[in-house]
Parts: sequence; structure tokens; C-alpha cells
Amino acid sequence: MKQTLSDNLVSSDSQILAKVNRRYFLRSAGVAAATGAFILGACTDHDLEGDKIVELGAGDVGILNYAYALEQLEAAFYIQVLTTPYVGITAEEKAILTDIRDHEIVHRQFFKAALQSAAIKDLTPNFSSINFSDRASVLGAAKLFEDTGVQAYNGAGKFIKDAGYLLLAGKIVSVEARHASAIRDLLMPNTAFFAGDDVVTTSDGFDGALPPPVILPSVQPFVVNKIGYSQLPV
Amino acid sequence: MNIFNILDSIQKIDGDAIKRLEHATRRTFMNRIGSTLAAAAVPTAFASIVSKAYGATPTALEVLNYALTLEYLENEFYEIGNATAGLIPGEYKAVFAQIGQHEKAHVKFLATALAGDAVKKPTFDFTAKGAFPAFTDFGTFVTLSKAFEDTGVRAYKGQAGNLISAPNLLQYALQVHSVEARHASIVRRILGKITNDKTTKGWITNDAGFPGAVYKGEISESNVVQGGLNVPGIAGLENISFAAITEAFDEPLTMKEVLDIAGPFIVSL
Repeated sequence: MKQTLSDNLVSSDSQILAKVNRRYFLRSAGVAAATGAFILGACTDHDLEGDKIVELGAGDVGILNYAYALEQLEAAFYIQVLTTPYVGITAEEKAILTDIRDHEIVHRQFFKAALQSAAIKDLTPNFSSINFSDRASVLGAAKLFEDTGVQAYNGAGKFIKDAGYLLLAGKIVSVEARHASAIRDLLMPNTAFFAGDDVVTTSDGFDGALPPPVILPSVQPFVVNKIGYSQLPV
Repeated sequence: MNIFNILDSIQKIDGDAIKRLEHATRRTFMNRIGSTLAAAAVPTAFASIVSKAYGATPTALEVLNYALTLEYLENEFYEIGNATAGLIPGEYKAVFAQIGQHEKAHVKFLATALAGDAVKKPTFDFTAKGAFPAFTDFGTFVTLSKAFEDTGVRAYKGQAGNLISAPNLLQYALQVHSVEARHASIVRRILGKITNDKTTKGWITNDAGFPGAVYKGEISESNVVQGGLNVPGIAGLENISFAAITEAFDEPLTMKEVLDIAGPFIVSL
């Protein structure tokens, strides 16, 4: 019998559910319904939210929640990019960014559906450091998010116990790498930058792989909620 | 068992294997590039031959030799392409030079890691017996590059599960896998530009693309069932197109499927 991802989670990791603190679900805090549109920086709830730690959990569930957190961040970013396009955006750029937005929404909703009640809450992004009207600021942030996503998935793979989840992570990370390549090429067209020596080692031709304790502090400034990762496998 | 031993054992099992392979090669690849009919063609003779000799879960060593074989193929393809005067237009030279550097580094890494267990480099024919003007026509070169890169992404992905008990090797494989995906993205976009085809994007849409075997297979690139969930039915995706959902997930290829794709370019082992 074919088991779904959700079945596996519920049967093997139900103890995690208790650790998800539901009391602090502040859905009104700038997070709007299904497509996840959000109101940028308009939240008096930010301080409140910032005090609550969102625990990713342990085991494979923790890793999937880790991915879900990153995908939430990416989706929210691209939704904002397309809601308020930067000055001088070209048709090609808009087409690429629209595709990427849709892919990230798919990833986000997929993880949410797969994790069911084990899923972390909707995170509130903090993009105050990004100037959405400025091309360099937006594409620079996109590059950071995509490269970070690649490094995060590459670094998390070896902590995944279930071969099915590992394959799922593999199916998504290569799409993030395709995004990273396209965004980098928009920044420096027709150069080596799409897989630049700043992210791919010249000696072995390896992309980055970083563990959660390195990735999460680097993305924390873009999230209002504090993300807790002490239970993740190391 | 490494893939060349597999091919050896195929020959022992089936004396006509090579002749049938040659026939399949011509039939599949003499089709015009870009033809959607050609995209559906699979070298079935080769597939059926391989399946006779194949089945068991490969060891880590076999996975690495399989990866090395694909990297040999890619590396030689770019070595020749980058060295062929007049093939690559000036504006794209830096891109293909960078890809070539990475493939060379991948070969070096894998050959060093495998040391005495490393398979030898096969003899390749990127024209597939004259079917492809691989190094005389830039469009053909980019089409083959795209096919090799997308195949590489799918091939590494297909082996991740076989490395789950070797965490360091798994991570190395993932680190190469995403580089192949960066390559695939830019090569696909270059192909889209030079053919003025907006449907060829950095990501794989449905199971579109030539040769068809690169994008179809046991789990096709148009698959939308992930982790047991039918993704188009998930809440919150009502406004997302089916095509975008297929783009959001890359899919694996089995070793046998990859051999079907690479076979026509391998002259001898």
C-alpha cells in the first residue's frame, strides 16, 4: 500500500505535534490567506511575534519544517516583488520572476500540506532591508535567497533519514539552483556568474552545503518570528 | 558492477546487442532536432537489452563510477566545443568556459576519489555517427549541452537514495547535482534565446524537450504527484498553472534510462 508523506509524518513523528505551540497563531499579523500575500512592515504585532520562538522540531519533520520556513520566506519575497515591481523591470525579468514566484508558492503549499498539523505557523517576513523599487536591491536579495536555499538543501540532505523525503528535497533543490543561475545571469549577463567562483569551488566544482545552524542565523534578519532549531539533527 | 561491466555483460547475454544498438541509434537520432515526433522516440532496443542485465541496487562505488562516466562525457563534450574555433559566439564563450571548468573539476574529483577503482574514459562520438553536427552548428551544440545537463541533474537525483547510508558521499553528490542544475538553467535559456522560443526556460516545463528520453521516463518531468500528494489539488494552488507545478519539481532518471540516453554517444568502452 502506498503511504503518503503525511501518513508517514503522522505515524512516526506525532510526538512532535505537541511541541507546536498553537496559542501564538497570530494569523492577523500581516499574513493573508491562501496565496500568502502579506502587508509589508505594517505590523504593530511585530514585537509580539518576535518574542515567540517557532520551533522547527526534530528528525525528518524538523528538516521538512526547515525547508518549509525557507520556502515561506522565498514565496513572500517574490509575491512582494511582483506586487510592486522595481523601476525599469523588463519583460524577460518579469517572466522569470513570475515563474519563480509560482514555483516557490508551490513549494510552500506543498510542505504545508505534507506536514499537516506538524507544520510550523505562517511566518511573518521582515523585508525592511530590501528596496523593492530598486532592481539591484531586489535581484541582490533574490540571489541571496536562491543561493542560500541551494546551500541549505545541500547541507540538510545528509540529515534526512527517509529516502522518499531525500528524493523530494532533491527534486526541489535543483529547481532552486536553476533559479539561482537565472537570477545571477540577470545580474551579470553571459558571464561565469551564473555559477560563479563565489558559490562554486574552482577546485572540485562543488556548490555550497551549509548546516541549519549556519543557514538560519543568516536568514533570521528576514523573519520577524524567532526560529528555534535546537532539536534539528546535527 | 559498474556500467561498463554492465555493457560487457549485455554483450555476453545478447550477441546482437551492438548491432541492435547501432540500429536504435540511427533510428532515434537521425530525426530532425526539435521535432516533437523525435522527442517521443526512445531507443527501445537498447532499453530492452539493458534490462536483461540490470536490476540490483548499486553500491556507492558503482554510483560514483556511473557519475564519473557521465562527467567524462560532459567534460569531453565541452573540451572539444570550447576548443573549436567559430563554434561558440563570443557573447557565450564565458558561460561555456565556466561549465567546462566545472566538468573538468568533477572528473578530477571523482577519478581521484575512486583511484584504482575508477572506470576508464570511454571513446565518445558526439555526432552519434553523423546524426548531429555537434561541433559545427551552435544550435546543435547547445541542444546537446542542454540534454546532457538536464540528464546530469536527473541522473544524480536518481542516485541520492542509493547514497543515504554514505552521508559524505551523498553531500558531495548533492553539491555536484546543483551545479549541473545551474548549468542546465543557463544553457536552456541560451537555447531559448537563439531559437527565439519563449517556452524553453531555465526550468523544465511539463515533459517538453529534445531528445524526449531526457524528459520522460518512469517518472516523467510532467509528474505532479509528490510525496503521495496530488500537488494541483493542494489548497492555495488554485491560481497556479499545471505547467508551473511541473516546473517546480525536477524528477529522477534511473541508471538504465540514463544509459539509454548516453548510449548513442559511446563508441567503445
